[in-house]
Amino acid sequence: MTVGVPGQPFPAGAYPVVVIGSGPGGLQVSHALAEVGIDHAVISQDPSPGGMFRRWPFFQRLLSWTKPHAPVERGTRAYERYDWNSLLTMRASAQALQPTFMDGSSYFPSRPEMEANLAAFTERARIAVRYGCTWTGTRVEERAGATTFVVETSDGEYRCRVLVLAVGVAEPHVPDAPGIELAHHYGEVKPAEAYAGKRVLILGKQNSGFELASGLLPWARQIVLSSPSPASLSVDTRSLVGVRARYVQPYEDHVLGGGVSVLNAATGSIEQLPDGVLRAHLHRSDGGGDLVIDADAIIAATGFTAPLLDLPRLGCQVFGASRLPVQTPWWESATLPGVFFAGTLGQGARGLRKHGIPSNSGAVHGARYNARVLARRLAENRFGMGIHRPVVEPETLIDFLSSEIADAPELFHQRAYLARVISVDPAGGLRDDGVQPLAHAVDAGGPNAIFVTLEADGSGAIYPVLYTRIDGAVNEHPLEPDPLLRYDTAETRGAIASVVGPLLKASGISPPAS
Amino acid sequence: MATREELVDALAGFTLFGDLTRPQLTSVVHLMEEVLFAEGERVLRQGLTGSGFFVVLDGEASVVVDGTERAKLTRGDFFGEASILLGQPPIADVVALRPLQCLVLPGPQLEQFLIANPRVLYRMLQAQTRRLQSAQRFRS
Repeated sequence: MTVGVPGQPFPAGAYPVVVIGSGPGGLQVSHALAEVGIDHAVISQDPSPGGMFRRWPFFQRLLSWTKPHAPVERGTRAYERYDWNSLLTMRASAQALQPTFMDGSSYFPSRPEMEANLAAFTERARIAVRYGCTWTGTRVEERAGATTFVVETSDGEYRCRVLVLAVGVAEPHVPDAPGIELAHHYGEVKPAEAYAGKRVLILGKQNSGFELASGLLPWARQIVLSSPSPASLSVDTRSLVGVRARYVQPYEDHVLGGGVSVLNAATGSIEQLPDGVLRAHLHRSDGGGDLVIDADAIIAATGFTAPLLDLPRLGCQVFGASRLPVQTPWWESATLPGVFFAGTLGQGARGLRKHGIPSNSGAVHGARYNARVLARRLAENRFGMGIHRPVVEPETLIDFLSSEIADAPELFHQRAYLARVISVDPAGGLRDDGVQPLAHAVDAGGPNAIFVTLEADGSGAIYPVLYTRIDGAVNEHPLEPDPLLRYDTAETRGAIASVVGPLLKASGISPPAS
Repeated sequence: MATREELVDALAGFTLFGDLTRPQLTSVVHLMEEVLFAEGERVLRQGLTGSGFFVVLDGEASVVVDGTERAKLTRGDFFGEASILLGQPPIADVVALRPLQCLVLPGPQLEQFLIANPRVLYRMLQAQTRRLQSAQRFRS
């Protein structure tokens, strides 16, 4: 029986793929599936597209930029480097939408601007979603060696062989501590003016904690931020790890003694005094004595977890404070095959995490590329659809790799995570195998190949790295960083040639004339 | 999946962290990241730069050099520090033999971590000296 709003797409029933979620992750993976020709249904409990951006960030301004005026033309592939918030499509009318919704006051879009961008993309890319359809449970049926997932929803049951979850990492996480229920979570913060003249203790020193502190600077009488480990700043880590530059003002106030205190301490307990004041007992982790902090409000900016419902019970293993699913490099549950993850849940596929720098899968500008790579993988491996692997002539290989290093947004945004793979075809010649997870390319073995990506080591440099696989042995070849990121140069092509030469020779392919 | 309190309890039982107070252990748990590797997954890759420092919380891993298993790692063992301290790529693969739960610290943070926690540094030195001693015994 089909329930729900009349005229809504995707009534309950059987579909090759079911996608859950209508945030950027769900929208992008749906569109990527459509672009490779995989039939699927999209369901979402929300009333409209946008996911978390329908509500957050709390102070209504994103952390991810879009430069309306960039060094390259808007709408080109190279422009994606400068536009972190538009979703991806081959449809020209839906490309680079975010800058068209910005008013010029900031190159960080406001939350409503981002929501408008996502709504416009949904419309122009013609993404159909069944809204108001809540996922309530899951069953697994095994029949004749084939697994079917039964997705129970408020609108009936959906059956599929491939389930793609794009439900975000949106469940508030509150740590264990006696009295922690006296604190409220980031998701329950009141309007800033409600904290006028108040003493506020914020538990957590990541972006969400510092975002709140930044927004409360004009209102709160005193702000204390506390968590066991020291605050990490992105300008120090030279990566997206740590508190972003936009939210560092409270930290400066702390070091200048301006009414903000940043503490390294574990939360022992919280109690409410008879006059209503909240008293937190903190144990310093930097060697100092215990502290007692009196506050009018305590906010737990302690992160979010993945709302996976009953999937862990079905065997989907999770890890870490965010309870992310353990995944293969292709974003498939490592313990519940057939369940895939898109959007921020894809962070569970950690990749090589070289030099401790994570992928950008937790943000739109990283996850949008994962979705495309996943769709291509599903087409090839799950639905037996032939994927075009263009021939690469040896004479053009060096120029091709050089231009990918210089312009490819996938390699720029997903450094040391996604790579362009060119392999030696057993039937002869070279083939472009497309963009793949670097962890797969490095670990899975296969024919002789070269894969190229960009990497960073935390020193501030961004540099190309070529990997060769010759007779099964993988070796890395980092190229010299260029301070202006100019990699479409004769020097780069020369460096690539010195790596490509031995690969071609070992593969019986004549190297290009120099 | 373990709670932070459970992770603190686990670390408290490991020799490497045996001298730290509970707030210090809590800080370590916040600083390091809990990760879970599936069976057969590579954790360290021989010859590739940029790896981290790992402490095994649960499971079992194999240390493989040029395709030959040289050692096994289990709960309480740690690995990855040698290549970070020397600034060289790992000389072995580490592969999960069954689901492997670890705490990991990014390589670039190890120096600061050890300077901030000299008792951990001392315990690590002891462990390295033991490894060296048994390697010398093995040779003689």
